[in-house]
Amino acid sequence: MKFLDLFEEIYSALLANKARSGLTILGIVIGIGSVIAMIAIGQGSQSSIESSIQSLGSNLLLITPGAQRGMGVQVSQGRGSSQTLTKDDAEAISSLSSVLAVSPEVSGRYQVTAKGTNTNTTINGVVSAYPTVRNVEVETGNFITDQNVKSMSKVAVIGPSVRDDLFGEDVDSSGVIGQTIRIKSINFTIVGITKEKGGSGFNNQDDVIYIPITVSQQYLTGGNYVSTIAVQASSQEEMTVLQTDITTLLLDRHNVSTADFSIMNQADIVATASSVTNTFTMLLGSVAGISLVVGGIGIMNMMLTTVTERTREIGLRKAIGAKRKDINFQFLGEAIMLTFTGGIIGIILGCLVSFVAYQFFSLATQVSTFSVVLSFGVSGAIGIIFGYYPANRASKLNPIEALRYE
Amino acid sequence: MIECKNIVKTYKNDSGEIVVLKDLTFSIKDGEFIAITGPSGSGKSTLMHILGALDTPTSGEYLLDGKNIADFSDDELADIRNKKIGFVFQSFNLLARSTVLRNVMLPLVYAEIPKQERETIARLALKSAGLDEKHYNNLSNQLSGGQMQRVAIARALVNNPTLILADEPTGNLDTKTGEIVLKTFETLNREQHHTIILITHEKEVAEHADRIIFIRDGVITDDYKTKK
Repeated sequence: MKFLDLFEEIYSALLANKARSGLTILGIVIGIGSVIAMIAIGQGSQSSIESSIQSLGSNLLLITPGAQRGMGVQVSQGRGSSQTLTKDDAEAISSLSSVLAVSPEVSGRYQVTAKGTNTNTTINGVVSAYPTVRNVEVETGNFITDQNVKSMSKVAVIGPSVRDDLFGEDVDSSGVIGQTIRIKSINFTIVGITKEKGGSGFNNQDDVIYIPITVSQQYLTGGNYVSTIAVQASSQEEMTVLQTDITTLLLDRHNVSTADFSIMNQADIVATASSVTNTFTMLLGSVAGISLVVGGIGIMNMMLTTVTERTREIGLRKAIGAKRKDINFQFLGEAIMLTFTGGIIGIILGCLVSFVAYQFFSLATQVSTFSVVLSFGVSGAIGIIFGYYPANRASKLNPIEALRYE
Repeated sequence: MIECKNIVKTYKNDSGEIVVLKDLTFSIKDGEFIAITGPSGSGKSTLMHILGALDTPTSGEYLLDGKNIADFSDDELADIRNKKIGFVFQSFNLLARSTVLRNVMLPLVYAEIPKQERETIARLALKSAGLDEKHYNNLSNQLSGGQMQRVAIARALVNNPTLILADEPTGNLDTKTGEIVLKTFETLNREQHHTIILITHEKEVAEHADRIIFIRDGVITDDYKTKK
């Protein structure tokens, strides 16, 4: 039997029972569609979480001081409260290999005034490496330069939220450059405004003012200590080694045996977040996968009913010259055709659902080629697996008995 | 040319072997119109299955155009049925929800005849079977019993077989329509010289043939030419 004829037989057999074929296809459509949509939602949220972590800076190690402990009475003031990290530590770290940039930071909250308005915000004492390490971009003007840090210039770069709070929502950014703000009665000249970045977790990364670290240490916080050292590694693979190197270096420098600081590895955070979203994706995917299997069983059920119902037809086909493989291919073909049609409609439906989820429920979705190829393959495989048994049963029917079947 | 030599067919069941056909020997020449008749349980259906290459004898030889069918595999038998035998059944066995033409063309599909030739051949067969041309594109389940049997006859004719086997072709038809169908067989035999074997338990039906083989309990009890 020629392929085109086989196709025609399959096609007309399926059309002969539109309602049943349609319902069977629907089972596969729902299975495939939900697999695609669920994986799209899962992977979408994974990549959106990953990118929001990456927006804090890439390949980042954050070093913060440990808890402060008194000599006699052991009253812990909590992590980050001690003043063990210094700018010299930062300089020492920058000489380690596979360090791309080091950004020591000292921060605190202060009241800021400008032309009669005022706000309370985070003041970050930074160096020129800060934008690279922390993934901050300047929209107007310039960032703090090395020269600013060295000469202790009283200049400030403000975040867009601060600009809005101090100068009004609809102020022209270039007009703000050169204006003066007062922090702790010291005048600072605004030299730049950063690009809007949005919040991350509980922090609003736009509600901040950057000043040279030297100025901050001299006039605001006092002393040589820093509150964070952000280190950018040259590559993700180096991060674990670098973390160990820094630990060794700092323990040595601070001359202590147990760490009086802690290091947060961004790769760890990404890995944790990824593993959470991976589990989430797998959960969604497997629930959808179950419905796909149910759809497959629906195919098998329909094919078995069809074979029983069409026993006489099978007998006749055999009587007029159909070989075993002709019958086998016809019924297998019917099953595959059902799953393929269901698969194609399911892929379209799945993409549509992800699109709707993105448009109307602002869920991040990402339809991957992998999931499309996978579900298409799975639908074909389901057709073959669940169609094989009924088809084989049909092909083995004895023509005499099949013709007599009532 | 059909030759049956010492055909034996036995079936096994729980209580042992049942011998259905006991040592049948006969031959049928090309162009004969023959009826095989007998009461139910006589073995005529079993004989029809063997003659139709749907089944093989337990022992003995069945020579169809000089080939011994007894030695063939299932797929080879399918091929023989496709090329050399045309079946007409009591219950027509047409594909429902398919057009008359599609039904008639079905054996040609399995014979892998090129698509463009099929319709011409099918139309010729339908014409020989005497179905009115206006029904050719009707669905088979919209036809009357007599029309359906004509479609079935056309389907049997379409591969130009050596042998047309009709198993109780009038069983589901009223006497008048049955008469017309039997006339169709007669015409096919007289004018186109097709070999026709009619299996029936009705004496009146059998008498349309030129020769009658009477079977009882698996043996031929009578084999004679009718007076026509």
